[in-house]
Amino acid sequence: MAANIGRKRLVVGAHYGLRDWLAQRITAVVMAAYVMVFGVYAMFVVPPGYEAWAGLFAPLWMKVATLLAVVALIYHVWIGMREIFMDYVKPTWIRLCAYVLTILWLAACAVWSVQILWRV
Amino acid sequence: MSTTLQDKKRPEFKNIHVTQIIRYRLPAGGFASFLHRFSGALMFLALPLLLWLFDLSLTSEISYGKLSALLSGWFVKLVLLALAWALLHHLVTGIRHLLLDLHVGIEKEAAARSALLVHLISLPLTLAAGLKLFGVL
Repeated sequence: MAANIGRKRLVVGAHYGLRDWLAQRITAVVMAAYVMVFGVYAMFVVPPGYEAWAGLFAPLWMKVATLLAVVALIYHVWIGMREIFMDYVKPTWIRLCAYVLTILWLAACAVWSVQILWRV
Repeated sequence: MSTTLQDKKRPEFKNIHVTQIIRYRLPAGGFASFLHRFSGALMFLALPLLLWLFDLSLTSEISYGKLSALLSGWFVKLVLLALAWALLHHLVTGIRHLLLDLHVGIEKEAAARSALLVHLISLPLTLAAGLKLFGVL
């Protein structure tokens, strides 16, 4: 896909640059909101001990909210790590391996967090 | 044409080599940006540890007790303190980046000032986290 921006500039490419740029910011806002609300609440409101801590994650909406934060985290981490690999890892083969391992690892983390959350 | 390419001594710019990093003085914005990347990579590497600790905290009363015992060790506390810094620094510099995206404080002086301000916010918060972690607070 190619489109003219203004009169002169021809923009070409797959457009995932803008998509990733935007996604990184949206996921950042989601995580920041979660961390700040949850962090303050867990630190100052929830009493110490297993009962209260596990009780915090008992309602479905809390599981869903936490999982959304985890999904945002994983997408955010993928964009960030991809950027790091693109900057520092030049040999194509090693970079591809790093990409694949990162994706597999992050997907595994997502599945793991579902299991942790839904066992409570 | 009187001048050729050989006549003119053109300046040459090369990438910084790893061995030059120590001597290379980054501006405050570059330093904050580098630490943003570093703290992000650190948290990525620590992800399995954090998920494991989260798992221990929620699975059962017994695993919760195991976690409490684990957290009483000074080394684990030190690792968590480093991660607390990484999170706080990444969060504060991230908010700065979002504000810059919205063209807030984008002028050179303002941006340089906020690049120092992020440390003045994240480091005391890390100190507070450390005091809490080591049982002082």
